[in-house]
Amino acid sequence: MNTEKQPAEGLVLRAEKLGRSVSTKILVADATFEVRRGEMLAIVGPSGSGKSSLLRLLNRLDEPTSGTVYLDGIDYRGIAPRELRRRVGMVTQRAFLFPGTVAENLQFGPRQRGDSLSESRVEELLKGVGLADYGSRDVANLSGGEAQRVSFARTLANAPEVLLLDEPTSALDDDSKREVETIIQQIGGQQGIAGVLVTHDVAQAARLARRVLVLEAGRIVRRGMVEEVLRA
Amino acid sequence: MLKTIFHGQLQLGLAQAAAAALAALVVVAAARGRGIHLERELAVAMARGLVQIVAVGSILLLLLRGPGWTSVFLLAAMIVAAGATSARRAKGMPEAFQVSTWAIGCGAGSVIAVMTLLGVIDTPITVLVPVGSMLIANAMNTNGLALNRFRADVLAHVGEIETALALGADGKSSVAPYVQGSFEASLIPAIDSLRSLGIVWIPGLMAGMLLSGARPVYAAIYQFVVLAMIFAASGLTSLVSTLLIRTRVMSPAEQLILRPGQ
Repeated sequence: MNTEKQPAEGLVLRAEKLGRSVSTKILVADATFEVRRGEMLAIVGPSGSGKSSLLRLLNRLDEPTSGTVYLDGIDYRGIAPRELRRRVGMVTQRAFLFPGTVAENLQFGPRQRGDSLSESRVEELLKGVGLADYGSRDVANLSGGEAQRVSFARTLANAPEVLLLDEPTSALDDDSKREVETIIQQIGGQQGIAGVLVTHDVAQAARLARRVLVLEAGRIVRRGMVEEVLRA
Repeated sequence: MLKTIFHGQLQLGLAQAAAAALAALVVVAAARGRGIHLERELAVAMARGLVQIVAVGSILLLLLRGPGWTSVFLLAAMIVAAGATSARRAKGMPEAFQVSTWAIGCGAGSVIAVMTLLGVIDTPITVLVPVGSMLIANAMNTNGLALNRFRADVLAHVGEIETALALGADGKSSVAPYVQGSFEASLIPAIDSLRSLGIVWIPGLMAGMLLSGARPVYAAIYQFVVLAMIFAASGLTSLVSTLLIRTRVMSPAEQLILRPGQ
């Protein structure tokens, strides 16, 4: 098994012939694509086309039945799953915050490897998502938009190289949606993190990403620059 | 009233069973009125229970005349049967039968062994098998409750568990809150039995001892002993069961295997 490939300049993540089938049902088939540092790649497609299934393969929450993913040129099956998921962070449609304070949620990831964040780092992360001074608040008292922003900060607390975003604004109202979109733009632009955004909202894909993949029945049917692909 | 009609012990027993079954049928009818259909499940369970207990009674009658060591095989067979029964409460859980059998074997088996060695349970087959079966049966119920609760909790919290995994948590700690919850919930009946002993209920064993002429105080103390052993066996079973199952709902790559629709 070839476990190492020299990555091209700026290339962080490369999926190669990635697929997953359960029984006879094909969820994802033959997906090959790559993501570079600071770039946001959008994956769009109708409901049930396999967008979320594909995303879950990228941090190995599900096991591919064919193909693999290279992270910094290394086959991810050779990386310990916990380390892989620290490096490939994920934000989902719902925040799923853990009971406790906002700061405790941010500490969750680092604590899994016996580390902890300084107070100033917690504050810095919270400022980054527009929630300065929220550290001591109980997560039970947050609005949907605030909870989703805490979820972003919690994932960023792990200092990931890649950020997987699974419909991160689909459960939010318009104001919260705009705030979260601003955070997504900052993450790619300022922090140089590579992103993969799954969305059913084509306009959102156009706002946040440069390149796009269109998925149908688990297969990539179109790919390219957002304005070209979505206009076609 | 039945005793005035039926004079033979077997006929009386069957009549008493029919009367008790009638009470259960009233419940089935009431449930049916509310749209809950228990008829089939209850009919099978009652017929099966009656046949099983009569068969076991007949076998016991033969074994009572056999050597004492046969009780070990009888109890081992009961543990395997208990494992199979309570595994049914954990539909879709990987290796539920193995986990249940190991847990009941460790929990009830070890308590039976230690208590027999200490002389708390007498070694004659007529004592060891009935008392041992009480511990196994209660361990089976606790195990079923623990697995059922764990399964329900995991399925209801897939998002939370996968969020923890996605943040770099290991499989065991991702499901830890649900292991704790199932362990506690599974022991509620055993704790309540101990708490209400003598106030809400006088268990059958004590009643039997009194009827056979034992001193009331000794019968009461021994009943407490049995309930304490039941608690120990159930607690140990639930502990082993929940610890074993938490690793089986995760794949080697720390992926949650138990998910809705899978």
